[in-house]
Amino acid sequence: MTELPDHMSPTRSFQGLILALHNYWADKGCAVLQPYDMEVGAGTFHPATTLRALGPKPWKAAYVQPSRRPSDGRYGENPNRLQHYYQYQVILKPNPSNLQELYLGSLKAIGLDPLLHDVRFVEDDWESPTLGAWGLGWECWCDGMEVSQFTYFQQVCGIECSPVAGELTYGLERLAMYVQGVDNVYDLNFNGREGEEKISYGDVFLQAEQEYSRHNFEFADTAMLHRHFIDAEKECQALLAAGAPGANANQMLHKCVFPAYDQCIKASHVFNLLDARGVISVTERQSYILRVRTLAKACGEAFLLTEAGGLNFGKAA
Amino acid sequence: MPDLLLELRSEEIPARMQRKAAGDLKKLVTDALVEAGLTYEGAREYWTPRRLTLDIRGLTARSADQREEIKGPSTKAPEQAVQGFLRKAGLSDVSEAQIVNDPKKGDFYVAVISKPGRPAEQIIAAAIPGIIRNFPWPKSMRWGAASMPKGARFSGVEGKGSESLRWVRPLQSIVCVFGPEHEETQVIPFEIDGLVAANITYGHRFHAPEPITVRRFEDYVASLEKAKVMLDADRRKDVILHDARDLAFANGLDLVEDEGLLEEVSGLVEWPHVLMGEFEQDYLEIPAEIIRLTIKTNQKCFVTRPQGGEGLSNRFILVSNIEAKDGGKEIIHGNGKVVRARLSDAKHFWTRDQGNLPDLETLKDSAAKFGLHLDKPLDQRMAKLDALNVTFHAKLGTQGERVARIRALAAELAKVTGADPALVDRAAVLAKADLRTEAVGEFPELQGLMGRRYALLQGEDASVASAIEDHWKPNGPSDRLPEDKVGLTVALADKLDTLVGFWAIDEKPTGSKDPFALRRAALGVVRILLERKVPLSLSQTFAAADNPAFYGTAAANPEEVYDRAYKPDLLSFFHDRLKVYLRDMGARHDIIDAVLTPDADDLLMIARRAEALTAFITSEDGKNLLAGTRRAVQLLAAEEKKGTVVADGVADELLRLDAEKALWSAIRSASQEASDAIAQEDFRSAMEALSKLRAPVDRFFEEVLVNDEDAAIRANRLALLKAIREATATVADFSKIVS
Repeated sequence: MTELPDHMSPTRSFQGLILALHNYWADKGCAVLQPYDMEVGAGTFHPATTLRALGPKPWKAAYVQPSRRPSDGRYGENPNRLQHYYQYQVILKPNPSNLQELYLGSLKAIGLDPLLHDVRFVEDDWESPTLGAWGLGWECWCDGMEVSQFTYFQQVCGIECSPVAGELTYGLERLAMYVQGVDNVYDLNFNGREGEEKISYGDVFLQAEQEYSRHNFEFADTAMLHRHFIDAEKECQALLAAGAPGANANQMLHKCVFPAYDQCIKASHVFNLLDARGVISVTERQSYILRVRTLAKACGEAFLLTEAGGLNFGKAA
Repeated sequence: MPDLLLELRSEEIPARMQRKAAGDLKKLVTDALVEAGLTYEGAREYWTPRRLTLDIRGLTARSADQREEIKGPSTKAPEQAVQGFLRKAGLSDVSEAQIVNDPKKGDFYVAVISKPGRPAEQIIAAAIPGIIRNFPWPKSMRWGAASMPKGARFSGVEGKGSESLRWVRPLQSIVCVFGPEHEETQVIPFEIDGLVAANITYGHRFHAPEPITVRRFEDYVASLEKAKVMLDADRRKDVILHDARDLAFANGLDLVEDEGLLEEVSGLVEWPHVLMGEFEQDYLEIPAEIIRLTIKTNQKCFVTRPQGGEGLSNRFILVSNIEAKDGGKEIIHGNGKVVRARLSDAKHFWTRDQGNLPDLETLKDSAAKFGLHLDKPLDQRMAKLDALNVTFHAKLGTQGERVARIRALAAELAKVTGADPALVDRAAVLAKADLRTEAVGEFPELQGLMGRRYALLQGEDASVASAIEDHWKPNGPSDRLPEDKVGLTVALADKLDTLVGFWAIDEKPTGSKDPFALRRAALGVVRILLERKVPLSLSQTFAAADNPAFYGTAAANPEEVYDRAYKPDLLSFFHDRLKVYLRDMGARHDIIDAVLTPDADDLLMIARRAEALTAFITSEDGKNLLAGTRRAVQLLAAEEKKGTVVADGVADELLRLDAEKALWSAIRSASQEASDAIAQEDFRSAMEALSKLRAPVDRFFEEVLVNDEDAAIRANRLALLKAIREATATVADFSKIVS
């Protein structure tokens, strides 16, 4: 391994941490993708995970995904909680039998020595009611801090996974705070430089956190959001109908899954915003979740009718 | 005699499942071996986060030979019967069967089937794969290339689709060694989904990742111990507990012990190492319950308190899974940071709950509805709870509507309990407010307790504050009761509202299903009424609670939604809970049945009546009167069955003998006395009044022949018997008493 300059070290800069993970997972054969260009609540929503987890085709990808959780906004006052943060997402399908070792290798690659730090796998069954997905796995703890989620997907979009994919999700800010030895997320060194050249996480995001917290909790136009939810829901269904396979043998493929799934993502984010605004009652909440899940399920089923979904997988070309 | 060692090594098993899984493994394997004809001297199970281990000692080396005789048909039987017999016995030709002569039946066929015993190795290899495949995990999963669809292949592995092996987490290796105590052991190499049992295991994930060759249990345990794996969970618990106590003590502190947490933590480590961390003193201003729950639930750490002191200290105990190179400095530092971050969140909730909500003007209507003061934080939360129209139950309206019902019912109940109506009203209105606080959002188990805290902080009457916590009580048979009258009034109102509501919409508990904990709510009502001596007519309370106007949004057409006929059923549900309660207190079930009429609706009265009856029935007079009454009732019943005429009432002029005259006058005065006493709820005097009947009844049966030849006299005497039955019935149904 070539020696990195100090400012690129995963223990010195936020971007260095990301690059170290990219290098590690690229070396393990993953396609290193870029973030999905839509607002999502977690890296799992990226179609490279949600949709690619379905069907029989093997798949390996790693990417950073900016994630938005409107109700986690704290006006920039909480040292740990953000309404916008980064997840590092790895998906390996089918999961290799040494996935735990691969994961521990990635911790070593970013400077965490497991004989100095207490790394633990603590039960955490993962479930996403909005995606109709669940899996078994753990929260991975480093010295009592949850630094990753480790999940063996069993079901996604209400569809049984065959094969099972292993999903790793790293909370990048927490991990960076840990390896940089920083107590406040805004103090993270982003670019690894010092003095005048240093750019901190706070320089990049503090103002945005304050503004988005106001937006999420106080200003967002709830009537408009309600309309957007309904629009996205309708559009998703319309696109799925438009691309649906025809009756003929040469029209067996679904022709419009990714664009429909975008609308499902949109509906999910709008729902999260409405929830943060505190205008959704408990029963309404259930019904919103169900509506998003219905969209996700329809997208997942449609995806199985595509090439990427494995419709012709294993058949002679 | 040979021993068997089995280890199933997997990725980390959830702590809460380990103990039971190891026990299940022992039972399933030993049952299967015994079923197959082996015996064993002893078996013990072990577990760590990464392995289930079974140590079976003194197994027989092979199962015994078995000889079975199957009787067949007569040699003269038709061909069809003979063929059937051959099929059943597994013979291919009739020549393989023996012919036996019976003096009565003549010659008939017998198949002698001898099954030779099998070696234990074969039995074990046959039994264990099935046990692994069908293991009763609460939740299990598929993994890896074997979970590919059938027919697909990936990196040399054949896809088995939904039939691929399931385990709680991926199963990594199997150790199965078998052999005599002092000789070489051998591997029993059964295979399951490509995993072949062998004699190789691995030690601690980080301290000793090298393979370990296993011969038998003794060297297995010793090698693991050397490889920093403590196999025995109870030893791990013991080590953690003692090290934690010592470490706390050495720092002038006491460990706040927690058995559930200890069990869980022992299931998270193979090599426990106890350390102490700390957080800033400032955080101790957060209520201790929040600190304890934060540190326990999120961090799996123990809290400590100053030796002999109240409250918590700012030190906590953590259990790591490694002996760190730096003695644990980094681990302590890291855990401290996380605990501080968690407490910072908790403090954030705690202070925000004491501050104002945004958009107060949108809460005005709700505030007016409940007489809330919008300058007070808890009042704001209640207003918000109402304004958000949070649903309590689809058919029972919103939380706001629920609080309005509880409030109205509590006002009615206050008249019975004698609680201050103004305090009851305030407590009822604020009882559910903490459901909108952030602290309860984070830790739902703190509901009530947080409400009380916040109420005190905003200067509520102490009795109102404690009622907010206590209205959830008692939460089960051993929980404490509400402290004072205000608390018990709101507690009754809350529980009765829930019960009446769920009965009205026909969502009653069935069998083991009781999702809304209605049995517990009813038991709570029973306990409050009896233990706090509240005389309450349940029927009247049902009527007061069941006001369709209160069901607001849910009941646009109340008559459609609600089944008006539920009340007798709800009352009998209370009777059942009362019976369970009284029986648990040692009351006789027949005595409870004797005093429990279907429409008895004052539970306190029923209990007092049962108590008085128990005392009476065990006295000499009581026993005899019971015998006499029973004789009268039986005689009467026999005659009624025959159709003998019984006079409508007793006619004085038809009473001939002194004994019957004396009895009639005794019945009249005893009935009167007993009814008067019961009207005063004085059950003891009622029983005493009845006891005066004993002598006249005894004399009547000695001196008087009921079946007189004169039909009119006979009818009159039967009426006299009926009068005995009626007189005793004013107190209890004596026919239900068993002895």
